[in-house]
Amino acid sequence: MVLTKSAVEFTAEGFMTDPKAWTPEIAEEIAANEGIQLTDRHWVVINFARAEYEATGEAPTLRRITKASGVETKEMYSLFPTGPAKLAAKLAGLAKPTGCI
Amino acid sequence: MKTLLILGGGTAGTMVANKLAKKLDADHWRITVVDKDETHYYQPGFIYVPFGVYQPEDTMRPKRRVINKRVDIIFSGIEVIEPEAGRVRLENGQNMAYDILVIATGCEIRPDQIQGLTNAGWKENIFDFYTLEGSAALNTFMEKFEGGRVVLNVAEMPIKCPVAPLEFVFLADWYFTRRGLRDKVDITYATPLPGAFTKPVASQTLGHMLKDRGIDLAPDFVVSEVDGNKQVMKSWDGREIPYDLLVTIPTNMGVRAIERSGMGDDLNFIPTDPKTLQSKTYENIWVLGDATNLPTSKAGSVAHFEHEVVVENILRQVKGLSPKPAFDGHANCFIETGFNKGLMIDFNYEVEPLEGTYPIPLVGPFSLLKETQINHLGKLSFRWIYWNILMPGHHLPVTNEMSMVGKRKFVPSLAQN
Repeated sequence: MVLTKSAVEFTAEGFMTDPKAWTPEIAEEIAANEGIQLTDRHWVVINFARAEYEATGEAPTLRRITKASGVETKEMYSLFPTGPAKLAAKLAGLAKPTGCI
Repeated sequence: MKTLLILGGGTAGTMVANKLAKKLDADHWRITVVDKDETHYYQPGFIYVPFGVYQPEDTMRPKRRVINKRVDIIFSGIEVIEPEAGRVRLENGQNMAYDILVIATGCEIRPDQIQGLTNAGWKENIFDFYTLEGSAALNTFMEKFEGGRVVLNVAEMPIKCPVAPLEFVFLADWYFTRRGLRDKVDITYATPLPGAFTKPVASQTLGHMLKDRGIDLAPDFVVSEVDGNKQVMKSWDGREIPYDLLVTIPTNMGVRAIERSGMGDDLNFIPTDPKTLQSKTYENIWVLGDATNLPTSKAGSVAHFEHEVVVENILRQVKGLSPKPAFDGHANCFIETGFNKGLMIDFNYEVEPLEGTYPIPLVGPFSLLKETQINHLGKLSFRWIYWNILMPGHHLPVTNEMSMVGKRKFVPSLAQN
């Protein structure tokens, strides 16, 4: 994926390779690529995901997001229709959630 | 007299107890195991019960028979762990003080976490096979089943034994074929993962195998609820899968005592150092088996490789030495694929399952990521090894760390969809 406005690197799946290089503008660009219009509710999740990453070094699972961010599962699926935890991680500039084994 | 207290007398707890029973000085250390259940279950046997390959008795032994005589066993549930006070309060009213604590309480399925799962149809045409009762009840149902839609659902990751759901559908394909009913049965595998397995190479291989057997894959399926009256399973993104038989692997969580103790994460798994296996919070607490939060499989083989590290580190701690960061996340698994064949996979934190042979390069006898009869026989014979070599704490001639010797890197020709 190549963003038109920022020169940032992505994996083949579209995750940023360097989370520290993330800016809110990049999130807007990624969202545009994914066909999503970011609202305040999206930003609640994105900011939560970044805070979790700061605290734990990992992108949060769907369970974690729905438990602690104030956004429940049903809303997550309407905000991020395709694989919400993954998409939220993408938008927040985080590495793919390691999820499970 | 100091106390080494082990919570959980299953696979992991038994191995630690039995090894330390031989190595920890009996004049200075008392070893006690606490477990709520007097029976030790060979959980890898549960997959065979629905298909009549094992009887329930084949998976059970009394714990007293499996645990070293030097070890005290208390049969009771755990009320709460109080790590600050160095004590565990049991449901039978006893307070157990400890000098070193090993938490091996495992994980359990939580059908209550899936909306509608235990309402209409539960134990009638909705079953788990992660408990002995569930797998036995499923066997009764399967024997009378004459055709229809069989749906297997994995609710959420992580689960213990992540290969078992795949084994179920492979064995179901074989079972119904043998009964001459395969063309009357549709089998669907609904998983929250984007593919058949969690690691790319294995996921490709296993995905092909599902296709070859006419088993439908419903990926990225996160179950939102089950409607037992309409016999439909729904996902959060609006998909609906109708079923005549629903085999569920519900959410897996650590035991409720961990939650009561405030020691676990969102799924009641305990934050554990991935290399030393020490609790991340308390120096004198060690965690292994399904109870950890480690980013490796919840599997018996992992418990085996972990216990070697835990035992060594406890012995070091007793001598005032620092723990060795020796655990590499090693896991391996046999996967039954039906028709008397099986796969084997071998991996760790860093390396996903690759092709090759195990445990000896070129010779094997087990083939990695390939279906062979020897792998199937290996899985069946493993039960004997479990009771007679692993549980007593005898030596198994395989390396504790995963070995790259004999492994082949991913071959691009496999990447055809």
